[in-house]
Amino acid sequence: MYENDSTDEKSWITPFNVVAGLIVVIGLVITILRFTGGLATVTNLSDYNPWGIWIGFDLLVGVALAAGGYVTSAAVYIFGMKRYHSAVRPAILTGFLGYALVVLALHYDVGRPWRLPYPFIVQQGTTSVLFEVAACVALYLAVLFIEFSPAAMEWLGIKRARNLVDKLTLLLTILGVVLSTMHQSSLGALFLIAPSKLHPLWYSPFLPIYFFITSIIAGLSMVILESTLSYRYLKHKMDEVYLKEKNDVTLGFGKAASFVLAGYFIIKFFGLSSGNDWRYLGTGYGIWYLVELFGFVALPCVLYAVGVREKNLVLIKWTSVLAVLGIVVNRFNVCLIAFNWHLPSSERYVPHWLEIGISIFIVTLGILAFRFIVTRMPILYTHTDYKDSH
Amino acid sequence: MDNVFYTLHDFFFHTESITYLLIVPVLVGITLFWKFLAEKEDE
Repeated sequence: MYENDSTDEKSWITPFNVVAGLIVVIGLVITILRFTGGLATVTNLSDYNPWGIWIGFDLLVGVALAAGGYVTSAAVYIFGMKRYHSAVRPAILTGFLGYALVVLALHYDVGRPWRLPYPFIVQQGTTSVLFEVAACVALYLAVLFIEFSPAAMEWLGIKRARNLVDKLTLLLTILGVVLSTMHQSSLGALFLIAPSKLHPLWYSPFLPIYFFITSIIAGLSMVILESTLSYRYLKHKMDEVYLKEKNDVTLGFGKAASFVLAGYFIIKFFGLSSGNDWRYLGTGYGIWYLVELFGFVALPCVLYAVGVREKNLVLIKWTSVLAVLGIVVNRFNVCLIAFNWHLPSSERYVPHWLEIGISIFIVTLGILAFRFIVTRMPILYTHTDYKDSH
Repeated sequence: MDNVFYTLHDFFFHTESITYLLIVPVLVGITLFWKFLAEKEDE
């Protein structure tokens, strides 16, 4: 039986809380250094390398891994796969927190963060891909907030507003899919401007398609991973419906991820072929490209397929870790490793340890916020007042 | 693979030819893969 009361009599001093507390304190110190001393104090960014891990990891990986929200709500509300309904709220919450943290990370990365609203109110710059990304991320964050709000309103007992937002579910889902399709692909399109800087194996006119397809893989895999971790640490918050549907979600999403990975693997070869880039495969970068393609695309594709066929849930869960790692590797390759590949090693970007510290700090904030919300609001269970509303 | 292309037409003729050849095993492969993925569920 799940527990939906928020009072917890247990001691606050647990290994998790101590480690998380330490990371938050160190993160706050680095934050002060960043905003008092400027970017040069805490980063190795330069004119050659203006995008470091705050863009490569916090933004590109963050946005991709937050794709579970639109993938799950599209599956349930547009494609009618109601058997995955219990996965929607955790996925929307992960997406909302993911995007919120992406915007937080942007405040660290841009030189003058107080100018972030400028694209909307001062200089539209509508010919820029970055403007489209900014507009979509801002709008989609608002959509995710509204999609998430019924859980908060059920917790706070605001029934009328909750029922009103509930009626907007399909409209919000469609908006979410449209906005995600636009900005997930546009993040790849950003690199189309740099054909001379990005290694030919990773540069392709198909980059927007690659980014969009990998966001679906990331979303599906993150839902499996998040559900596994929630079951491990927050099982007491899950109701019978969630526990009953959990295995179906793992099998169904594993099957979808396997098929999408197969499609992605194929179009990567078409990309190689259309650019006539085969000759690069024999180089050092080529070997690393093949490691990415076979180790983080083909391998999870086969493992997911075997897991689904044999109904091996453990294999599917571990494969989701590999697939998520694959997304991280891919975004790092495009944004950092294969970018500026022609520069001498002395000019290449290596992240400052304080940059890594901020990334760990932001991920920790996300985990803490997720735990805070899930232990209080009806995310993994249906609120008793709304048992018949789905 | 180290062909020298003197015209854009040569380049596209070469790359598109390889792509069209790749499409055949891909169509067969993806069909077999789908059967492998969905076979047990159908049973």
